[in-house]
Amino acid sequence: MALMQIAEPGESAAPHQHRLAVGIDLGTTNSLVATVRSGVASVLNDEHGRSLLPSVVHYSAHKAPEVGFDAQAKQAQDPKNTVSSVKRFMGRARRDIAHVESLAYDFIDSAEPVNTGGGMVKIRTVAGVKSPVEISSEILKSLRLRGEASLSGELVGAVITVPAYFDDAQRQATKDAAQLAGLPVLRLLNEPTAAAIAYGLDNASEGIYAVFDLGGGTFDISILKLSKGVFEVLATGGDSALGGDDFDHRVSCWAIEQAKLKPLSAQDATLLMARSREAKEHLSQHGQAPITAKLKSGEFVDLTLTTEVFCEITRTLVQKTLGPTKKALRDAGLTVADIKGVVMVGGATRMPQVQHAVGEFFKQEPLNNLDPDKVVALGAAIQANLLAGNRVGDDDWLLLDVIPLSLGLETMGGLVEKIIPRNSTIPIAKAQEFTTFKDGQTAMAVHVVQGERELVSDCRSLARFELRGIPPLVAGAARIQVSFQVDADGLLSVSAREQSTGIVASIEVKPSYGLSDNEIAAMLKAGMGHAGDDANRRALREAQVDSQRLLEAVQSALQADANLLSAAERGEIDSAIGRLQALILSDDRRAIDDASAKLSKCTDEFAARRMNRSVSKAFSGQNIEKLNI
Amino acid sequence: MDLPALNITADFFSLLNLPQRQALDSVQLETNFRELQARVHPDRHVRASDADQRLAMQWASRVNEAFQTLREPLRRANYLLELKGHDSGLESNTAMPVEFLMAQMELRESVADARESGNEAALDIFRDEIAVEMKFEYAQLEALIDEQADFPSATNLVRQLMFQQKLLSEIDDALAAVVD
Repeated sequence: MALMQIAEPGESAAPHQHRLAVGIDLGTTNSLVATVRSGVASVLNDEHGRSLLPSVVHYSAHKAPEVGFDAQAKQAQDPKNTVSSVKRFMGRARRDIAHVESLAYDFIDSAEPVNTGGGMVKIRTVAGVKSPVEISSEILKSLRLRGEASLSGELVGAVITVPAYFDDAQRQATKDAAQLAGLPVLRLLNEPTAAAIAYGLDNASEGIYAVFDLGGGTFDISILKLSKGVFEVLATGGDSALGGDDFDHRVSCWAIEQAKLKPLSAQDATLLMARSREAKEHLSQHGQAPITAKLKSGEFVDLTLTTEVFCEITRTLVQKTLGPTKKALRDAGLTVADIKGVVMVGGATRMPQVQHAVGEFFKQEPLNNLDPDKVVALGAAIQANLLAGNRVGDDDWLLLDVIPLSLGLETMGGLVEKIIPRNSTIPIAKAQEFTTFKDGQTAMAVHVVQGERELVSDCRSLARFELRGIPPLVAGAARIQVSFQVDADGLLSVSAREQSTGIVASIEVKPSYGLSDNEIAAMLKAGMGHAGDDANRRALREAQVDSQRLLEAVQSALQADANLLSAAERGEIDSAIGRLQALILSDDRRAIDDASAKLSKCTDEFAARRMNRSVSKAFSGQNIEKLNI
Repeated sequence: MDLPALNITADFFSLLNLPQRQALDSVQLETNFRELQARVHPDRHVRASDADQRLAMQWASRVNEAFQTLREPLRRANYLLELKGHDSGLESNTAMPVEFLMAQMELRESVADARESGNEAALDIFRDEIAVEMKFEYAQLEALIDEQADFPSATNLVRQLMFQQKLLSEIDDALAAVVD
């Protein structure tokens, strides 16, 4: 039977056509977008030939927000409405943000239901109150447009990188931002892992590598084993609030002290920070750097920063990277001698004292043969190309990543019971049984936390939910199974089930820091208004694309494994396919979704049988009798 | 040819195509794990239907758990004994020989003392001693389970090893604290 296809203008719907996908490095200071063309990964430039997009968004009262260099140019004159380093605020409350007092923004702590210690911080601008998710989505939107313009077509999706050490709240916030930017997320990928892919595939490396990633605002260290096309992350560690920005901050504090400045206005503080950053960058090539600035307060700054002083005032920052590095090595059960190479990633690794400290620690020269600013985006592009279904013959590699922080539950006395330990390979599922504490107890609060400490108060709270309707029994008699599932993006969902009655309560962990689906829908609608688009049309288009994908998937499954179905089962599936095909070009979204769901449901069992067959074939080359234990 | 069908509820050894034994070819384990994961991992099913993707996630999770369990000898022994119907009853049954417990307590105090005084050399020695002892016991465990099928004795040995494992990680923590 003929398969109907939807073709967008300028896009053919040939079955094996190259699907456009990008990798995005959403950085604290700069962001990049890259793609794979004719088998080669490259970074996409803007119309002026620039690859980096400063992660800066400027809001004005009546115009659409500006992003990148244009926004950066406004920073000195309009610091309150020019947001930079927004990545530091993702999934964070005001009190979580380092040096919050030296930032020029008008922060508002969320007034939303504060179940677990406060929602995500927001910033008041002339264009209204903006959440970090919205601000990040402007950056992503800009990169999406750049991708669409350079590739002349609609993107099937993007792989977006996040620091390996990002917790669930920060990951969820990143995914929400992409959704808001109209960018389907193929995968959230850990930055050092992305770098390892780019490096490993480029150099055909085998062995154990460390990736040392010091970006603008985050530090990650990952230990990976590269062998036979498998990138296996053994351990990861880091500090999601340590990066190049902190070095700027140190220089700025030093300048304030040296020049004996009075407390700075927001504008002056921003200016001095920019000068400090320039001095830092200058020092990567020179022995000393001037810091000169004429402040609005009338004061002058005219200083010279030498390499010696710079190293001295930032020594503790460099030192702070070594703790997590040691811990990651220990977690992997390895020593420095096991490490074959150290890949340097992130602009901040250009600082000579960082290179030196890493070289000294690992007792070898770090590897710098890939541009530390681009390597993450390139790796993300390679993964995006694979996930978009553009796999080519010898592209047979697989990525096995880990979860950076342990996940657990609050138990009596404010203690944490760890359910999934850090550095577990994802995806992973774990279940644990708990019981009631009081006679006749009929409800149980489930509090999900993330972190390594034993006390709940020292860990990050991810979500709370309640399981109700537990049969009243004596204390300790009810059996409540709590299941954790972490998907390949590192995102968690939790469900609880009372074993004797089967009562279920479950939650996608959309933490108090994340956004509710309603909020996202509202924002999307608002955003659409701006773009002159129509939310309903978009939803219809999404339903059609999803259904088309489902149809293609089922068709190709039928081609491969039709002999796993009885005639009756086949008939049922065929008629569900027919129904969906008849509806797919209509404008009745509800009917399309409905037919789609029916087809999906009647192929569940088929899918399971196909997977079992595939798995059974895995060892067909080996001794088959072994399978019959 | 039709192969015997494996499904997601198969035991970890069958899943990874390995014999149900405590002695284990770790290279084979790793090879089989990768071979299987390459088939079930969600990255290999991105263009598939949502149901397929969910299934892929469940399979990949199960395969990861199987690998983690079989990779570590202590977890492997625990799991294997459970399969043989000898739950080591780790929570309820904590009766251990008094001498063993006394020795463990003394060692633990010595570790705490060494940590307190920053004595890295002493900690290294403790670590090596326990590691050697455990290596011997793991060999013993393989004999008890694979050859003698003496599951009660194996269960006791597993419990003992759990204490030692805990001590080992305390020493590691102490070493980390001293070195940092």
